[in-house]
Amino acid sequence: MGFDTAYRAIAEDSDDQRWAFGTGFTGPLAGVDQALPDGADGLELGAYCLMLGDDALVMSHRLQQWLARAPELEEETALANIALDLLGQARLLLTRAGQADGTGRDEDDLAFGRAGGEFRNVWLAEVADADFGGLIARLLVFSTWRLALLDGLRASRDPVLAAIAAKGVKELTYHRDYAAQWLLRLAGGTDYSRARIVAGLAAVTPLINELFTPTDTELGLSAAGLAPSPASLRAEVTAVLAHVLYPASLTPPQPGAGAPAEPVAGPSSGGRHGVHTAAMAELLDELQSVARAYPGATW
Amino acid sequence: MSVDLARARELAGSVPDPELPMLTLDDLGILRDVTAAGTRVVVSITPTYMGCPALAEMGADVARRLAAGGFAGAEVRVVIAPPWSSDWITAAGRRKLAAAGIAPPGRAPRAAAGPVPLTLTAGRTDVTCPACGSADTVLSAAFGATACRDLYRCRACREPFDHVKEI
Repeated sequence: MGFDTAYRAIAEDSDDQRWAFGTGFTGPLAGVDQALPDGADGLELGAYCLMLGDDALVMSHRLQQWLARAPELEEETALANIALDLLGQARLLLTRAGQADGTGRDEDDLAFGRAGGEFRNVWLAEVADADFGGLIARLLVFSTWRLALLDGLRASRDPVLAAIAAKGVKELTYHRDYAAQWLLRLAGGTDYSRARIVAGLAAVTPLINELFTPTDTELGLSAAGLAPSPASLRAEVTAVLAHVLYPASLTPPQPGAGAPAEPVAGPSSGGRHGVHTAAMAELLDELQSVARAYPGATW
Repeated sequence: MSVDLARARELAGSVPDPELPMLTLDDLGILRDVTAAGTRVVVSITPTYMGCPALAEMGADVARRLAAGGFAGAEVRVVIAPPWSSDWITAAGRRKLAAAGIAPPGRAPRAAAGPVPLTLTAGRTDVTCPACGSADTVLSAAFGATACRDLYRCRACREPFDHVKEI
């Protein structure tokens, strides 16, 4: 029973596993060696995978909210692609988290079965965008930071994290270029578009310090050669942002400059500790709505 | 009974890509390995992008085609390292893409040591229009219909066309 194309195979085949793309998933790490590297603490590694996975999942959901709202069809396609890349990263990272911490929770358990206080994403990923200028400013900072992070993570002693990072670097390079080019276009457009990007940068500025504030988990993994230290990423992120903003005659964000919303850098505050903004509850209401209405549903 | 791995590889490699059906998995360079575990065939494939929604369909198609060819119960594994590169698209694959009106990728940027360089200018300048052959083309959208494509426009014949991104 040969099929000329997969579309025909899907259309003609009655196997309900295959009624549409993206259904009938097996775990995204099926067949990948799940062993932990020597000396790695599974709980710590799992907690770290959860942080990076939640950053990607939550940012992806915020980007998806732009679909049908973007200024042009091309930008909608771009945002959907970026969201899909991040969702792919989230699926692998959440799956790895459930393997490494020994709980056996799968990607769906983690994405749809946790309360807000159990999510470990940074605030930058969860806040809503006031407008397209706000989105571009946030996407530029997020993708610049995540690209630097994944670039450092390529050297991780955990082969699964290193592999996810190596692949993610290629994807994030496109995301960062996209955001940087749009920032220049808005900054050099009309007075109105420039005002929007200036406001967007001001809105994300208070959220930047959290990106470089390490938790004990990150410090431990960094010392064990499993992850880059968050603080080590600051120089590259600052340099890239300055490189983008300089030709636009914009001032790079000055983290810590009089921002009331700034998470207090400390041992128990911020998204990495499960403390979130009000925007997170609204986001999870939507993200988890189907799973809450139909617990255990499969399709 | 030994497994005819060459035949199994040929079958697995001949499966069309769900989103670029003019290409086979071999053309696309995502079929990584075909081995035997006892009498069963184990096929390793790699995603082009991590979020590629077609991966599960590819795996199911591979298993089906192998079953139809007499290799029952084949296992499909996903490998994510080393990451797929558009450089792995074969010469035959590039010809088929161009014939279908999709500009094949140029050479992927080489991963150098140190921070990934920022690109502030849009698009490559070495993309040739698959309709008229002109090199006078311009990027119109950095993301396209699938994760692996972007959108260009030809200034000579005015046709828009898809281009496979270099990664």
